[in-house]
Amino acid sequence: MPEAKKTTQEVMVGENFTLNFGPQHPAAHGVLRLVLEMEGETITRADPHIGLLHRGTEKLLENRTYIQGLPYFDRLDYVSMMCQEHVWCLAIEKLLGVEVPRRAQYIRVMYSEITRLMNHLLWFGTHALDVGAMSAFLYAFKHRETLMDFYEEVSGARMHANYFRPGGVNRDLPEGLTEKISAFMKEFPGFIDEFETLLTENRIWKQRTVDIGTLTPEEAVEMGCTGPMLRGSGLSWDLRKAQPYEVYDELEFDVPVGTKGDSYSRYLVRIEEMRQSVSLVEQCIEKLPEGPVKAQNFKVSPPKRDDMKSSMEAMIHHFKYFTEGFHVPAGEVYAAVEAPKGEMGVYLVSKGGPKPYRVKIRVPGFAHLQGLDSMVRGHMVADVVTIIGTQDIVFGEIDR
Amino acid sequence: MHIDKYLDMEQLASLKAYIAEEMKESIRDIQLSNRELTVVVRLRDIEKFMMFLRDDRDCQFKMLVDLCGADYPERNERFEVVYHLLSLTQNARIRVKVAAADGQSVPSMIEVFPNANWYERETYDMFGITFEDHPDLRRILTDYDFDGFPLRKDFPVEGKVEMFYDETLKRCVYRPTDLKQPYRHFDWQSPWKAMDDPYSLAEEDNTFDRGEFAASEPLAAASGEDE
Repeated sequence: MPEAKKTTQEVMVGENFTLNFGPQHPAAHGVLRLVLEMEGETITRADPHIGLLHRGTEKLLENRTYIQGLPYFDRLDYVSMMCQEHVWCLAIEKLLGVEVPRRAQYIRVMYSEITRLMNHLLWFGTHALDVGAMSAFLYAFKHRETLMDFYEEVSGARMHANYFRPGGVNRDLPEGLTEKISAFMKEFPGFIDEFETLLTENRIWKQRTVDIGTLTPEEAVEMGCTGPMLRGSGLSWDLRKAQPYEVYDELEFDVPVGTKGDSYSRYLVRIEEMRQSVSLVEQCIEKLPEGPVKAQNFKVSPPKRDDMKSSMEAMIHHFKYFTEGFHVPAGEVYAAVEAPKGEMGVYLVSKGGPKPYRVKIRVPGFAHLQGLDSMVRGHMVADVVTIIGTQDIVFGEIDR
Repeated sequence: MHIDKYLDMEQLASLKAYIAEEMKESIRDIQLSNRELTVVVRLRDIEKFMMFLRDDRDCQFKMLVDLCGADYPERNERFEVVYHLLSLTQNARIRVKVAAADGQSVPSMIEVFPNANWYERETYDMFGITFEDHPDLRRILTDYDFDGFPLRKDFPVEGKVEMFYDETLKRCVYRPTDLKQPYRHFDWQSPWKAMDDPYSLAEEDNTFDRGEFAASEPLAAASGEDE
């Protein structure tokens, strides 16, 4: 009797094979090369190959002055720019012992929260797109563009702002900007409701995210998860609350926490974070004090253009600041902020002099992607896309 | 201060005293500087020490936040491996360091903190520090057949090779770096000697509001001389 031809299903079941995912796959969020070992359609092991976007930021920073190093931070996680400038500034300020004026602190917090909104809108759009919901992407990107306009108004750049400075921010807010921002923030909760009608109760969305990539709180801590990845698993840990920096301890906000630790929980956490961010931006505008926006110590921040016309000293300060840069006392610090993706930290070693001796950038995505292997085991290929989406992977920060 | 205002320095100081007492024979140095707790540990005791930090009831440093290397070529033990730990229950951070000579390997922390895996691979990739008993010590960030350890201080910033697309071979090839203008390393040996201590200088400087820098000691000393 001739042997019956096997169906594809039968061939695939019980047979191990390797699948190369990326680096040019649109759902790989950039340049992730993922080597998947499969048994049928079930994944038994995932080996992410990273580093395709490695630019040697840490090496470059060792050879730049502190101010020259700042724009490299925009380009790490290239969708949440200002939060990263923030952590670099905090590390330097901690070593210098310089105090930031109140107005600058409020502006920084306001822009950190605008950045969080931008990041979450990108995550919302692309995550939904990966899973198959096209329209969410369009809704999210439309509003993200308005937020980029706010970036442009203060810095001249839509994305790589280079706006924060050690000791404050580069320049004061232009006239009328706060009105524009608060007008937008009034409407924004309505937009979030609109986003939610697309996905929150959507049957397909729930089928694709509920119970996918579940993390228990213990696993999340073991993996070094931070940010929404940790909070999705039910741990209430937010650096803005636990270790408040700038003026976060004067503002009112809640830390949303998930219950089940699956992709859907993390979705809900991030959506609620957007609402909290809106309220934080509004509070910042309301409380925004008058005053200078950078430290008035001109050894560490540049003097006013006007003063340079009449004061020789201001002229010298300006020249020294932009050529040699400022000297940072020897020592080592670790500074961290709650970036939209999790804890973003900088370990800075200085030996004195105008350049850092060693900089290590601690990025949230690196720890999250490391846990991808344990999160995808036993899932299907289609779920890998969901899990990459829910981790909010961006390769600029992981590869550095 | 706009950072670290949450810090309970007394708690940190008592934690320092506690760790110094409990793990006396493992510790080479322990200090509180810049409002951060740093412990330098003997290389052979690092695993034991990390277990203690993770499991001790008063420490509870359950999360390995970061692990990285650092290169100090002038030292006998050239490399440093730096661990940053976070305790969610104590709301405290600690930095642990071990020193390793070139060619000396450091015990892997994977048994204690599973997420040390990639961090150790990265440290190996960047500095060439090897980790004992690491199951999979491959390069992680650099290219597949990369040669050298880029974050060592003796590795040039401009790199050793450049990548080109070769028209005849129809693939990418590496060639030795050839810069049209040599990379300029400004060492800023400034004859002005101006800025090593921005604060004391600021006080002598009349564009500043003196009151702002009233750390008071230098001013008090100055008035003392007048009398």
